[in-house]
Parts: sequence; C-alpha cells; structure tokens
Amino acid sequence: MDVLTPRNLDEALRLKSDLPEARFVLGGTDVMVELNFRASRPPALVNLAELGELRGFTTDGGELRLGAGLTYTEALSGRLAERLPALAEASRTVGSPQIRNRGTIGGNLGTASPAGDALPPLLVERARVELASVRGVRILPLEEFLLGVKRTALAPDELVTAVRLTPSGGPQTFMKVGPRNAMVIAICSLAVVVDDEAGEVRAAFGSAAETAIRVTVPLDEAGALPERVATAASPIDDVRATAAYRRHALRVLAQRALARCLR
Amino acid sequence: MTRIVLTVNGERHEATDLWGGESLLTLLRDSLELPGSKNACEQGECGSCSVLLDGELVCACLVLAAQSDGHEVVTIEGLADGDELHPVQQAFVETGAVQCGFCTPGLVVAVADLLERTPSPSEDEMREALSGNVCRCTGYVKIFDAVRLAAERAT
Ligand SMILES: Cc1cc2nc3c(=O)[nH]c(=O)nc-3n(C[C@H](O)[C@H](O)[C@H](O)COP(=O)(O)OP(=O)(O)OC[C@H]3O[C@@H](n4cnc5c(N)ncnc54)[C@H](O)[C@@H]3O)c2cc1C
Ligand code: FES
Ligand code: FES
Repeated sequence: MDVLTPRNLDEALRLKSDLPEARFVLGGTDVMVELNFRASRPPALVNLAELGELRGFTTDGGELRLGAGLTYTEALSGRLAERLPALAEASRTVGSPQIRNRGTIGGNLGTASPAGDALPPLLVERARVELASVRGVRILPLEEFLLGVKRTALAPDELVTAVRLTPSGGPQTFMKVGPRNAMVIAICSLAVVVDDEAGEVRAAFGSAAETAIRVTVPLDEAGALPERVATAASPIDDVRATAAYRRHALRVLAQRALARCLR
Repeated sequence: MTRIVLTVNGERHEATDLWGGESLLTLLRDSLELPGSKNACEQGECGSCSVLLDGELVCACLVLAAQSDGHEVVTIEGLADGDELHPVQQAFVETGAVQCGFCTPGLVVAVADLLERTPSPSEDEMREALSGNVCRCTGYVKIFDAVRLAAERAT
C-alpha cells in the first residue's frame, strides 16, 4: 500500500483522478481504526494532512468557509465558536482531546455516519458542501450530500474541500445522549436553531435514521417541533439503545432545546 | 518503499521500508525502539499511546506513520531531563498514581500537555482533559491527586 502525500490541492485532485480507488486520510481518526483492524486495505492512501488549502476557516462577507481540515479543537472555541455555537457544542462532545485535535469536519462528512456529530449543527445552519475534482468545483446542500449510512454523493475523483454557510446568528444548541460525557457515539443527538429572520425553527437529529436529517417548522408553530422530530426519525434497535428509546429521547431533547433557544 | 524522516524527542530519525498503512505508534515501538507509548486498543479509546505531534496531544495509533514525515514528535521518553524526572512523572510517583503502569505513559503526556496549556486547571478542566485516558487499576483518585500536586508545584 503506497502513501501519496500531495503538497497542494491540484496535485491531490490529479492523484485521485488517476487512482480513484485510493483512500483519503485527513485526521485519520476513522481511517486508522479501519487499517489497524484490517477492515480496509485500499490500494493506496492519499494523505491530505499537508494541504494548506484545507486548513482553518475564512470569512467572505457574511459567509463562512470552513476548510475540510478544520479540527474539532479549532471549532470549539474562539471566534468560530461565537458564530457557530451549536457546532462548537457538538465539537466539544467529540471523543477526547486527542480525537478533537486530529478529527476534522471533512473527515466527518467523508465518513457520513448517521452519528457524525458535526452533521446536525451544520444542517441546521443550511450548510453547503464544496466538492472539487480535476473536472471543477461543485456545491451541494449538505442534505443532498448525505445519501445513507456511510454513503455520500462524493464522486470517486472528488474531494471535500470545504463547508460553506451563512451563520443565522440565531439562538442555537446541540445535545447528545450517551452513557458518558466523553468518548461516546451518540445514541441520538439534536441541534436546534431559532432563525427569526427566516421565521422558522430548524432542527436536525443524528443517530436516528440512515443519515442526519433536518426538520423545519414555522416559528409560530415551534411547539410542534418535538413531535415533528419524533415522527421524522426512523431509528433502529442496536447495542446502544432501542428505537423506542431514541424516539422518546429526541422528543425530550427537542423540548429542552426549545426551552433553551426560545427565551 | 515509503521512506520518512521525522524528529522524535529532538533527535532526527529516518525510517524506510514502512508498510504504507503503518501507524506512528508501530513506528515508534517497533522501528525506533521507543516502547514507552503503549498499545492497548489501537482505536483511539484508551489514550495509552498519547504523544505530542507538533505540540498537539494525539493518539499515536491514529496517526499514519507517513503523516509524521517532516514533523516533530515528543513521546514519554522525551519528558525526563536525563535522570531527573519530569515534574508530572515525579508527582505520579509521590502520590501513588501508578499501579500496573500501563496507562501511565499516556496519562503523563496528557497531564504534561494540560499543565502546559492550563497551569492551574479546575476539577472539571482536569476531568475533561483526561477523558481520553483510561486506567483499569487506580480508580483515578490518585491520578487526580498527582495532577493537583504537579499543578501546585508549578505555580
Ligand atoms: C475514539 C474515537 C472517538 C470518536 N468520537 C466521535 C464522536 O464523538 N463523534 C463523531 O462524530 N465522531 C467520532 N469519532 C469519529 C471520527 O473522529 C470523526 O468522524 C472525525 O470527524 C473524522 O475525521 P478525520 O479527519 O479523522 O477523518 P479520516 O479518518 O481522515 O477520514 C474519514 C473518512 O473521510 C474520508 N475523507 C477524509 N477527508 C476527506 C476529504 N477532504 N474529502 C473526501 N473524503 C475525505 C476518508 O477517506 C475516510 O473515508 C471518533 C473516533 C474515535 C477513534
Ligand atoms: S492504543 Fe492508541 S488510544 Fe489505545
Ligand atoms: S495503573 Fe494499571 S491501567 Fe492505570
């Protein structure tokens, strides 16, 4: 298995176009587990960690561009946390400091687990995914990027370069149910934002359907949100919890989130 | 095939003939003869492989060895100053925070990183900072005593 380390984005795109079966590694917190446990043996790895183009975030007018390589540690404090408080809260629940220092938003999108903690906060902020290939750049709403359990709209020659969004500035929160305050895959999770300007409340839940899913209700029907979220969920029974528990927990989380955000 | 050059504990190392999917942890333990970082889970859950990569606390089992090419790593072996223990190591010894010792290298690196960033951490900050380091023996009480002792002495 070769490891290829491109030094700029163009080189990375050319490599992936020539070797579509190669696997990207960014923070490695998902890929390395697969490699260590022999769950995955791609013909080659493309190490994206040296690409300056994927790092950090930039502001363009009202729009934020979060590089795919933005880590949870970077998202959970400082200026970014002020603009995207729900993403900051979610980032703080990810794994441990060690995982947050390496794990990235781009990697969370690449894995596209229904439990991915960056996904609900990005969905409620109507994030769009920037995808690049040698063919060019395209932008997809996050809900169109997420197709199913670990399935995305990413083409074999494409790379996630960034997530773009215009922060609503509205009161928002993220909540996650699990047996501990750290190192937990969500049993279920919920992000909520009250967007006065758009006249709506948006929620997005994780770990209770094939993908993270967004639910929107008009502001004057905010009280209907918990039931709408519970109805939109299609959870399963698994080792972590039952479907019935997940649906119930989502209803409770939605009530609490509204109480927090509708003050 | 893959050849990398990295700095570990201030010393330049070169590694060749790596298997592409090899982790930094395997590289440190098996090729560079630095077995201080422990391998317990290989999935980021236990923290016993914690090292600093360019000054950031990471699990060495989750870093692709090739990703450390051109970078700087500090392991538990790099903390003591000759025969003089690092203050965090000394505090672990004095408070009895070591039982079987398997978790100790990772915890010491994590605590050293915490105190570097937050010299007087609150109880909550301590717990959050060490939430990725698992100990099967001590019940953590003595470990937190060690953090408090090391913090006290540093200020
Ligand atoms: C102990 C532990 C705890 C964890 N806890 C949580 C948690 O609480 N919440 C949570 O959501 N996740 C958690 N994770 C999972 C993981 O940390 C996250 O999914 C993280 O965001 C992955 O980012 P990464 O950069 O490490 O991804 P990588 O492992 O580098 O990549 C992940 C996937 O994305 C692909 N990929 C990477 N970059 C790109 C790109 N730019 N374009 C296209 N595809 C790309 C890779 O090929 C791979 O398929 C945990 C993992 C571990 C080991
Ligand atoms: S061996 Fe790396 S975290 Fe357990
Ligand atoms: S002392 Fe044995 S695992 Fe911590």
